[in-house]
Amino acid sequence: MTDLATRTALPPSESSRPALLWAVSDVLTIARRNLMAIVRIPVALVFTFIQPIMFVLLFRYVFGGVVHVPGNSYVNYLIPGILTQATIFGSVNTAIGLSEDLQKGLIERFRALPMARMAVLAGRTVADTARNVVVLILITGVGFAVGFRPTGSVWTYLQACLVMLLFAYCLSWGFAFVGLAAPNSEAAQAIAFPIIFPLTFASAVFVPVASMPGWLQPFANNQPISQATFAVRGLMLGQAHGASTWISVAWSIGIVAVLAPLAVARYRRAA
Amino acid sequence: MSDVAVETHDIVRTFRDGEVRALDGVSLSVPAGRVFGLLGPNGSGKTTMVRILSTILRPTSGRAIVAGYDVVKQPEKVRPRIGLAGQYATVDENLTGFENLRMVGMLNHLNKPYVVAKSRQLLEDFDLTDAANRITKTYSGGMRRRLDLAAALVGAPPILFLDEPTTGLDPQSRQELWTIIERLVEGGTTVLLTTQYLEEADRLAHHLVVLDRGRIIAEGTSAQLKAQMGATVLEFGFATTDAAASAVPLLADLSATPANVEGHNLEITVDDGPAITADALRRLDEAGLRPTGLTLREPSLDDVFLALTGHRAEDEALDGAAPVAATRRRSR
Repeated sequence: MTDLATRTALPPSESSRPALLWAVSDVLTIARRNLMAIVRIPVALVFTFIQPIMFVLLFRYVFGGVVHVPGNSYVNYLIPGILTQATIFGSVNTAIGLSEDLQKGLIERFRALPMARMAVLAGRTVADTARNVVVLILITGVGFAVGFRPTGSVWTYLQACLVMLLFAYCLSWGFAFVGLAAPNSEAAQAIAFPIIFPLTFASAVFVPVASMPGWLQPFANNQPISQATFAVRGLMLGQAHGASTWISVAWSIGIVAVLAPLAVARYRRAA
Repeated sequence: MSDVAVETHDIVRTFRDGEVRALDGVSLSVPAGRVFGLLGPNGSGKTTMVRILSTILRPTSGRAIVAGYDVVKQPEKVRPRIGLAGQYATVDENLTGFENLRMVGMLNHLNKPYVVAKSRQLLEDFDLTDAANRITKTYSGGMRRRLDLAAALVGAPPILFLDEPTTGLDPQSRQELWTIIERLVEGGTTVLLTTQYLEEADRLAHHLVVLDRGRIIAEGTSAQLKAQMGATVLEFGFATTDAAASAVPLLADLSATPANVEGHNLEITVDDGPAITADALRRLDEAGLRPTGLTLREPSLDDVFLALTGHRAEDEALDGAAPVAATRRRSR
């Protein structure tokens, strides 16, 4: 038997390469396949790129007229909110994608390969972040076209993007858990949206919290998506935003610290 | 050829906190360079065994050695030496055939030029060159299975696990896949194949293990299993089911195994076909029973299975647990 093991010559691998580099290669291989899927599934393309544009146009030209924001033009108020909302919605794709892979048996194949164990989850979240970068650039462009004029510096604009991407990345790990725990992708979606919708709409994303009923305001002011929005908006517009940046970063780390281990545990058990 | 490629000792795997025993003490020894068949109906534990051997699932107890390495203690040594394909191990629908193979090759930690060359070679071997740059969503069932098998082969594994490789395929695609598998074995690959098709096991496997409800109930070559049964199956047709039933006691002592009645037909398995046929016909004639049809044939593995388990291999709705359903939510 041992003879067989030594005799079974393996094809040329770059075995001299350290395990860590292979792990990085695995994450990139998985991320690449996930990104290719986005480009090739028209539905995914619409949800990823067209939907946030629709939101921009809807709120800028349809609802925008009735919203009054003290101290800002509505379009300047709106675009940082939409950017935050779009990247957060994007993280739901992590749940849907993983759930589909599990359902279709791809995860089964991956588990029998000598690849790094964590690459399936990490590759997925990395791909979702890459897609979010494209969404950020796209919506920034669309924003400029509809009159968005950020009054902060380029440096604070980039900081805002980093805060947003970090938050969405960490949320992706949370949704990775949802995707692995759900029985199928439809269920994953059904679980994700009731979580994400109230958090996005009862927030400072589209309208000032002060315009909401009194009982809703404490929630709307303090929940994580509002904090992320305050930080992003403050940074982009060069306005005071208190401790929101740090609170948002703290939320991000908190979410990933709690949910990533759950997702990994679930991944080990699933299959 | 005396090398052992896969060896298991008393593998037990339970699901749902021990409620379901998918495998209940299975010991196998698979010689290198041969086709080893795991035969059994749905729920007999075949897929669970393949998943344990391919390091996807841990056994509850027992030991499994694949290519010389313990699947639990050294799965990282096992994985580069195995390929897995079949019913469930699938391809990425959104990638082209070539991209699928390249992805699996890269995840096998092989160098890129090798992966690219090998992928092209496999696509050619499996008659997929024309479809290489098409998204696999557009592939037919047979093409998908071939690509799936190709993906299992990118790493040139010495040991291949095929879990019901032809389930759900049309006869022609099945033939094509069989030919491919035979060629692989000629090239020295060890194949462990699960199937519920007795014809498939008969055609491909050198050595067979029959599983039923997580236990081995028979083992040997296809010829040995058939020999346990007797040499010839006599199949009588009757005009009515009553006639078939009343013929049973008349013929009971001619066969070592019980007669099998299905509707108008009655089957017995016997050692000496021609002599016993004459005897049987005489007895039926004396009792005034005239068969409307008579066939003599070699026993199939289906007959073997029936004799061993009391139920046919194709019976899907077995009473008791169906561990395949318990292993995961495979909603398709």
